[in-house]
Amino acid sequence: MTGSEYWMVWPDNAAVSVLFLLLVGMAFLYAARKPVHHLIGSLGFLISGPLRIGARWLLAAANDMTQRNKAVLLAHGRQEVGQRIEREFERLGAMVTRDLQGYPALQRKLLDEITRVEEDYKKCGEVPPPPPDWVEAVAGIAKIKSEHSEMVKRILEEIKRSVDSIHGKALEEYRRAYQSRHKILNGFMPFWRSLDKTLGQVDKKLTGLQDTSSKLDAQMEKYEQINKKTDKAEHALTVSAFTQFAVATVVLLIAMGGALVNFKLIALPFSEMVGGSDYLTNSLKTSDVAALVIILVEVTMGLFLMEALRFTHLFPAIANLNDKMRRRILWFSAVFLLTLAGIESSLALIRDMLMADKQALIQSLASAQQAAPADPLLARIPTAAQMLLGFILPLALAFVAIPLESFVHSLRTVGGAALVMLVRVLAFVLRILGNLVRQLCRVLTTLYDVTIVLPLLIERVVKAARGGADVELSRRAAKS
Amino acid sequence: MIKRLLLASLSLASAAALSSCADQRSHTQAVYMLVDTSGTYAQEVGKAQLIINYLLGTLQPGDSLAVARVKSRSFSEKDIIAKVTFDNQPSRANVQKRAFKDKIDAFVKTVGGSAYTDITGGLIQGAMFLNETGAGTKTILIFSDMQEELDKATIRDFPIKLQDIRVVALNVVKLKTDNIDPRRYMGRLEAWQKRVVAAGASEWRIVNDIERLDAVLGRG
Repeated sequence: MTGSEYWMVWPDNAAVSVLFLLLVGMAFLYAARKPVHHLIGSLGFLISGPLRIGARWLLAAANDMTQRNKAVLLAHGRQEVGQRIEREFERLGAMVTRDLQGYPALQRKLLDEITRVEEDYKKCGEVPPPPPDWVEAVAGIAKIKSEHSEMVKRILEEIKRSVDSIHGKALEEYRRAYQSRHKILNGFMPFWRSLDKTLGQVDKKLTGLQDTSSKLDAQMEKYEQINKKTDKAEHALTVSAFTQFAVATVVLLIAMGGALVNFKLIALPFSEMVGGSDYLTNSLKTSDVAALVIILVEVTMGLFLMEALRFTHLFPAIANLNDKMRRRILWFSAVFLLTLAGIESSLALIRDMLMADKQALIQSLASAQQAAPADPLLARIPTAAQMLLGFILPLALAFVAIPLESFVHSLRTVGGAALVMLVRVLAFVLRILGNLVRQLCRVLTTLYDVTIVLPLLIERVVKAARGGADVELSRRAAKS
Repeated sequence: MIKRLLLASLSLASAAALSSCADQRSHTQAVYMLVDTSGTYAQEVGKAQLIINYLLGTLQPGDSLAVARVKSRSFSEKDIIAKVTFDNQPSRANVQKRAFKDKIDAFVKTVGGSAYTDITGGLIQGAMFLNETGAGTKTILIFSDMQEELDKATIRDFPIKLQDIRVVALNVVKLKTDNIDPRRYMGRLEAWQKRVVAAGASEWRIVNDIERLDAVLGRG
């Protein structure tokens, strides 16, 4: 018997040996069916149970976190909207004080103008005196027939002449009266214009007041929504936080770019001060760290400045200071920042000089012939630009406090939401794994049964036969 | 919170700056260049000048550089043409570089050939100089055809020590005899490699193209 044939029961007949072993194996497997099923089930439960419990716990934790996030978000939103409402009220108050303060004078002016216009109107209403009574007498004379009497004719002509002259006078008087009325009406115009202007002012002020009131109404509506803890308010605040986060991140990235340029400007000159060959770590030069520290100090001063100006509210200690102390901090930060900006400007000049020196050295090393010197004016432009950049960048970096505040505030919401999402995904994965294990156990159980399909078939046949015999026996028993 | 973080980072940076002095020399480089001035190889000194200029342009403040000639007997300080450890301030280092260049220019104008070539003596001298500098990276550049020729009185057949030193052979030109039998050239280089490695050198390289020197001298 060779080494590979040791398992053969009948060494000459492999097929019979295999069949025999298969049958024996089946018998053993059939005998162990229940314990194996139980074992697989237990193993499945052992693995899937903790996974499912873990998933459930994570989901509960995610829900808790969601509630906490919501509470924080609403509290923050309430505070923010409250501050905005406060500011709107202040603005409204200032507007009302300013406009209503001038309102009595405005009203007096309006009344004066109206009185004048009224007086002028009355003057316009005065008509010239009516024609005298003798007009009727003339009408009577006019009825006299004068065709045959020369004397009557003459009298009538005389009367006509007198009437014509009187008519001319009356007409002239009427014209004069109308002229004076036109003059009065002309005098109306400036009053009308003034009246129109005054009313326009009133209208403008009232519209401004109305706009502010509308804004205030909108903020109040928002505040009420937040107080009621509605989903709409939560959604709006979350969206706002995400937008703030994105915008603040972009601005901070831009600021980081600015800081990098700033760093490049001052790192080389710092090697002149603290040495170019001192290293803090394998790759970190002391001069680089010093330059970085200067930039960080500038950013810090910027933070204090913005805080003292009340543009940001990152440090309650500064916000709670009285105005005098706050002003001192403001001046101190501003002076410090300006000094640092001045230093950076000088460092930029040193950098330019060092670069020019290095360039000259490299040129002298590269070739025997010296290159022609550049136009002094052209050479000064980059120097001036570097100095200007060195002065402006620290001041620009000071404003990083504003996006930083937005970033910090929105990070709580965004980070919280991301964490909840992560926990939920983890819970989902655990649940899926738990289910997979359970299904796998079922598949294993079925596979086990497949391997012992023959004994199971026999068992079914025997059970069926026994069942048939039992039925026959019970039927006979019923008949007897 | 942010204020605390900023203060912490600032104090950390300050503390790190104060504790930096102990490590300052380990990042510097020291280069010792041997220039073969024996026989016909003295004509190649112009190329050596280019390499020295390249080194001057590449080395940083705090690094050290020495140039020595290889002649009949080279184990002597007198053979060092110029040596310098550059100042920490870049502007002063530039002044030193200019002075170094002037010395090399003057040497190139007055260089004369020698009868024998004592590379081993130059290597021992170079190793001593480099170990004195205490630099983090030590390199000996041998600008030679690597054909050592010693007079009868000069003894150099003993083991030398080149621990932690990189040895780079530059511009190893082929001799007339090498052209007849290239195995001589290969054998010569192989023999030097064995000797240098046996001396404990950290690296042995041959650079015939000067442009590849950048890869050799680049800071790791």
